[in-house]
Amino acid sequence: MDAIILQILNGLDKGSAYALIALGLTLIFGTLGVVNFAHGALFMIGAFCAVTLSRILNLSYETIDPNKTDFLGNPAKVKTTYVEDWLGPEMGGAIIDWAVPLAILFSIPVMIAIGFIMERGLIKHFYKRPHADQILVTFGLAIVLQEIIKYFYGANPIPTGAPEVFRGSFDFGVMLGFDPNAIIYPYWRLVYFAFAAVIIGGVFAFLQFTTFGMVVRAGMADRETVQLLGINIDKRFTIMFGIAAAVAGLAGVMYAPINSPNYHMGMDFLVLSFVVVVVGGMGSLPGAVLAGFLLGVLESFASMNEIKSILPGIDQIIIYLVAIIILLTRPRGLMGRKGVMEE
Amino acid sequence: MSKSNLTRRGLIKTSAIAGAGVALPTIFTASSAAAFTNEPTGGSVTLGFNVPQTGPYADEGADELRAYELAVEHLNGGGDGGMMNTFSSKALQGNGIMGKKVEYVTGDTQTKSDAARASAKSMIEKDSAIMITGGSSSGVAVAVQGLCQEAGVIFMAGLTHSNDTTGKDKKANGFRHFFNAYMSGAALAPVLQSLYGSDRKAYHLTADYTWGWTQEESIVASTESLGWETVNTVKTPLAATDFSSYIAPVLNSGADVLVLNHYGGNMVNSLTNAVQFGLRDKQVNGKNFEIVVPLYSRLMARGAGENVKGIHGSTNWHWSLQDDASKAFVKSFGEKYGFPPSQAAHTCYVQTLLYADAVTRAGSFNPCAVAEALEGFEFDGMGNGKTLYRAEDHQCFKDVLVVRGKENPTSEFDLLEVVEVTPAAQVTYEPDHPMFAGGELGACNPGA
Repeated sequence: MDAIILQILNGLDKGSAYALIALGLTLIFGTLGVVNFAHGALFMIGAFCAVTLSRILNLSYETIDPNKTDFLGNPAKVKTTYVEDWLGPEMGGAIIDWAVPLAILFSIPVMIAIGFIMERGLIKHFYKRPHADQILVTFGLAIVLQEIIKYFYGANPIPTGAPEVFRGSFDFGVMLGFDPNAIIYPYWRLVYFAFAAVIIGGVFAFLQFTTFGMVVRAGMADRETVQLLGINIDKRFTIMFGIAAAVAGLAGVMYAPINSPNYHMGMDFLVLSFVVVVVGGMGSLPGAVLAGFLLGVLESFASMNEIKSILPGIDQIIIYLVAIIILLTRPRGLMGRKGVMEE
Repeated sequence: MSKSNLTRRGLIKTSAIAGAGVALPTIFTASSAAAFTNEPTGGSVTLGFNVPQTGPYADEGADELRAYELAVEHLNGGGDGGMMNTFSSKALQGNGIMGKKVEYVTGDTQTKSDAARASAKSMIEKDSAIMITGGSSSGVAVAVQGLCQEAGVIFMAGLTHSNDTTGKDKKANGFRHFFNAYMSGAALAPVLQSLYGSDRKAYHLTADYTWGWTQEESIVASTESLGWETVNTVKTPLAATDFSSYIAPVLNSGADVLVLNHYGGNMVNSLTNAVQFGLRDKQVNGKNFEIVVPLYSRLMARGAGENVKGIHGSTNWHWSLQDDASKAFVKSFGEKYGFPPSQAAHTCYVQTLLYADAVTRAGSFNPCAVAEALEGFEFDGMGNGKTLYRAEDHQCFKDVLVVRGKENPTSEFDLLEVVEVTPAAQVTYEPDHPMFAGGELGACNPGA
């Protein structure tokens, strides 16, 4: 039982990332009708926003310490960060420690700007082109973004730590009446899950309870009628593209301490997130979120040794297997709407 | 009316002269073409450096490339000469290889066997590389070694730790300086016993390819010989980045030791995940839970940050060694690049010098002559003490280092400390050892 609870918890944080990326993908598809293969790259850029802020905060100057030597036997250079120098070791150290949460503030304008440039500069020219063209151009864009990141940050994972206070793990087992150490879960993964829930809730509330959201929903349902009412729906959809980019970016920022960011991480998530969107139902926001968590938990369960001993390699294919079964039984996905991508 | 002077005798004479004239260049070119693949004819010779520039082992690949460039510089007489000054063989003079300037081409293996083979093939066929070297993945090394054997060029393996490289997949044209999984097990076992005792339960997470399998086999064999029990062995995909779903079952498995048969980016992520899940703070069976990383490197230690503190493993070489050769290499590399070399850089630098030395001693670039010069070659002054290139399997035998993640590093490079130097005799095995059985060196192939 404790192993099952642990795998559910484990699946929730992976599912959170899938759900956040799939939510953005569905927002873009539902509003602009674009199949955006560059969305994984936005997740990756978000993670690198955390890396960048961490590096900015760690900018330092060097002084020579005559009492120490470096690996070549020369007098050692000691680095002092400007932040610690200006604000004192305690305050400066705390700011550096909290680089990842602070990167949330840093990433929102950056991601909205990137989303806006992507949409206005490239993707809008492909609205009336077939989906295959959109896939090709956005996939190409994803590769370009990856290579840019690789050029500036290198090909290797860059460790980006969570704040000291969240680095430990939490004994869930004791809370649920199990033996100590039976269900241990890292604090940061719990933070990630809670963060994802807040973002998802925020996006739904924005669409549900604001006038802007109402117009966007109306545009998603019947774009022509909304335009006939004199509303500039294109402008609102462009803003939604920026919001979707920000959601993917935030998912990436908070994921940085879970797995060290590398230039390829977006692609690792993109393919699975597309499966999540298809399983959830093209254009369905609740479907994307539901399928994200569902497939995350299923993937986690498939990694259990008891299951792998019966079905070796099942952890590698479970998501695709479930996708096939769901699409055979419910061709529009779990919560798909009639008419979406059916012409 | 014209009169022809053509006679039967004249026709035969003319035909003979013309035939000889036509045949003459063919005789010479036929003899030179039949010598060996990519025989260097001009004033330079090209080496092919095939390293992972992308993928999970890209960090090692970048350092390997730096070492190769340094070796080329030293071979051509540049820089301070590095370990050429401490190498026991004095054949190399800093005038290239046998007077030919050393040039090089590079390729990206992408840590994928097919990409590595394609890149090596291109270097041999298009760039006329006389020797291919590189590694960082045993799957890649085995694949490229096979290609070099078919093509008739020498393969000087870089970082490859699988038993199979010089075991069941060994080839007459392939040579490995780096140590192997069996040696890691043999070196680590006594240290693990003294630290953690004989009553332990181990859980293995293993990269799912040739290196991971042989390392797991070696560590299981050596720890079980101590009395340890192996609770489970779980294979993980090489492309995996999040190991949390593999780490979570360890918590309730009853194991009190986690052995991470991972390297490079895999190890950085799996160790980070293991620490995130609180394994290092856990008590199981009345003992502290321990993590072991059998194959360690400073680059991995840097990637994993403070998670490596107190974790034991083995390594082929470490920059903090104080012998003259290591100091000379660290000085050359450190002055050129601003940081100390990794074990991957060390083995690649040494392999390049060993190849150049073997060519010079053999007096020929012919792969079969080079192989003969390397087989049974005993040398010193390359940072690992006295070393033997065993003729039977083309594996180097030398001391192995057991290292530990340093608790209080004094600099960003000071991440590992050597806790024991295991003598070569303790890690030496018979050529027909079961873990290495199943393959034949075969005959050297000069190609052409």
